[in-house]
Amino acid sequence: MQAAIESLPYLVDGLIMTLVISFLVVSISLVIGVVMGTGLVFGPTWLYWPIRLYSDFIRGIPILVLIFTVYYGLPALGLNLDNFWAAIAALTAFKVGHVIEVFRGAVQSIHHSQTEAAKAIGLTFWQRLAFVILPQAVRRFLPPWINAVADAVKGSALVSLIGVADLMLDIQKVIGRTYEPMPLYILGAIIYFVINYSLSATSRRLETRYSYVRE
Amino acid sequence: MDYHFNFSYIWRHFDRLWDGLILSLELALISILIGMAIGLVLSLLYTDGGRPIRSLVLAYVELVRNVPLLLLVYLVFYGIPSIGGFEYSATASFVITLSAYAAAHLVEVFRAGLDAVPKGLLDAGKAIGLSPWQRLIHVRLPTMFRVVLPSLSNTYISLFKDTSVASVIAVPELTYGAQWINFNTFRIIEVYAVVAPMYLVTGYAILFALQRLERRFVVRR
Amino acid sequence: MPQPIVEIRNVNKSFGKNIVLRDVSMEIAPGQTVSIIGPSGSGKTTLLRCINLLETYDKGSIKVDGVEVGYRNSGNGSRKPRGEGELAGIRADIGMVFQLFFLFPHLTARQNVMLGLVKVRGKSKSEAGEIAEHWLDRVGLVDKKESLPAELSGGQQQRVGIARAVAMSPKVLLLDEITSALDPELVGEVLLVVKRLAEEGMTMIVVTHEMTFAREVGDRVVFMDGGLILEDGPSDDVLLRPSHERLQGFLSRLNLADILEHGL
Repeated sequence: MQAAIESLPYLVDGLIMTLVISFLVVSISLVIGVVMGTGLVFGPTWLYWPIRLYSDFIRGIPILVLIFTVYYGLPALGLNLDNFWAAIAALTAFKVGHVIEVFRGAVQSIHHSQTEAAKAIGLTFWQRLAFVILPQAVRRFLPPWINAVADAVKGSALVSLIGVADLMLDIQKVIGRTYEPMPLYILGAIIYFVINYSLSATSRRLETRYSYVRE
Repeated sequence: MDYHFNFSYIWRHFDRLWDGLILSLELALISILIGMAIGLVLSLLYTDGGRPIRSLVLAYVELVRNVPLLLLVYLVFYGIPSIGGFEYSATASFVITLSAYAAAHLVEVFRAGLDAVPKGLLDAGKAIGLSPWQRLIHVRLPTMFRVVLPSLSNTYISLFKDTSVASVIAVPELTYGAQWINFNTFRIIEVYAVVAPMYLVTGYAILFALQRLERRFVVRR
Repeated sequence: MPQPIVEIRNVNKSFGKNIVLRDVSMEIAPGQTVSIIGPSGSGKTTLLRCINLLETYDKGSIKVDGVEVGYRNSGNGSRKPRGEGELAGIRADIGMVFQLFFLFPHLTARQNVMLGLVKVRGKSKSEAGEIAEHWLDRVGLVDKKESLPAELSGGQQQRVGIARAVAMSPKVLLLDEITSALDPELVGEVLLVVKRLAEEGMTMIVVTHEMTFAREVGDRVVFMDGGLILEDGPSDDVLLRPSHERLQGFLSRLNLADILEHGL
């Protein structure tokens, strides 16, 4: 355990890197995913199919394969991303698929009757979306989305495999010096656990808090 | 773009990808079976057990679910032998990891399934004089499995994708096969252009097959 | 009869092979309250939903205050569905109260009533708030104005639903089985509100299965069956001296107990 405590300072940079990657992935994918999700649920057929295909395609491939493809594969096509941006691109592309599905689920969980009631008082499509559908959908979007955020943090550990100096890579580096793997892995597990557990606990809390709104 | 695609190297070594794919499917299958056994026991302990047992089960579930799979793979393969003074093969260690990982996710699934068994059904079982064990075998489990079937299919597919992480400890599954060809031929984009569809097609083929099976199962009841 | 506020002419509608409305025609004068009764599947709710185009109709015309609701006739006789914005404007003038209330669950009672006033009528928040409170007071719920729908009983939710619809000062109010989801002891408070509206001259089309309500609130009762209007006349004539065999059957089958209990 001594070794683990002494190694803590060496993990700070990696932890920050993990948080930065997670933050970028989560925020970029949120914007793109919500826009694409809106297209999926409300858009015309020509918009629906490409988005549907994208989401099913990207969620059907292991993230690791995606990361390797973007980092090692794309340079062959003339697109050179350094390992940091390759990691961001691959993880974001993947997370967008999740956000699309979470958004779709949230919006479609709002019963059709809400649209009818909103139509009956004369609201137009965008007004219905802004004042009736989305305010309710947000409550159903948040809990699964926060879980998706926790997923992103966990998934980010894979970027160590293309040499991004995140928490996982720092742990490996320290082990490379101390030859004492177990304390470091346990320490790493605890750090990831603290981050992700607080996220999933938030998600659960929101779920209970919002449950009263369900008719 | 002046890159010239050349798939001939891929086809020459395609057996590595094919064998890798089969191994991936096997790893996922063994892991989900072990994971289901553990998950079932844990979920029953959780549902029927007292407070201390519930906390223990919950602690296990939360610990495993909130740590990256990659870290768990390292921990089981490098970490545990380093203090236990024994060794096991990379494949065996990965199966242990993925089973433990699957179990943690399945506890949640089974727990929800057990909660979904209507109380009236259990009362009906009591009313015809079934023992608790008989009620479990003939009422609770069959009802629960019907509820959780779709989640089991999804879990299997996601475990299948997770087997790609086994490549980091050189288990010769599909992603490892891809890396081997990369290192030996440098036809990287071609390899992934073949491997990604292999994951995709296999995953969706299994999903559709399982969904058909589910439907038949549901109709037959 | 004065210029009708609602004119329905030869409306036909089918879902696939299933014909739900056959050449339905009726006119409603301003201030009139018409109850539509009939067995389930008779087309009465569909007809109501066609009036504010929550349901499209295949043939015929529905005019509210002289304006065709769903379609614009282009010169060559073919019709074009109205655009989203136009339709919203027309719907704003047609109030609707739903069987299952359909209040916006994320908004308080007051905000439910205000939403259309602010966003559709373009009223200021303070003015809309005053109108909302006026109507919540009228339905006896001003003390519940800050409650969310989930905190209200079914009868209270339905009264908010009515306030939400009438606050828009609609030209006609459509009521779709508004008491059938309510516990019997809560029906009275809702009917009372509707009766008052009728007395004040609100034009209403009421789909209901409560015969006593149909008779008390409405001057006129329409009986539909199989997508057809089979009887249409003053309440007492239709309900007490039904001439059509189907209506006689319907009344004796479904509501004898009700009639006996409350007396007609």
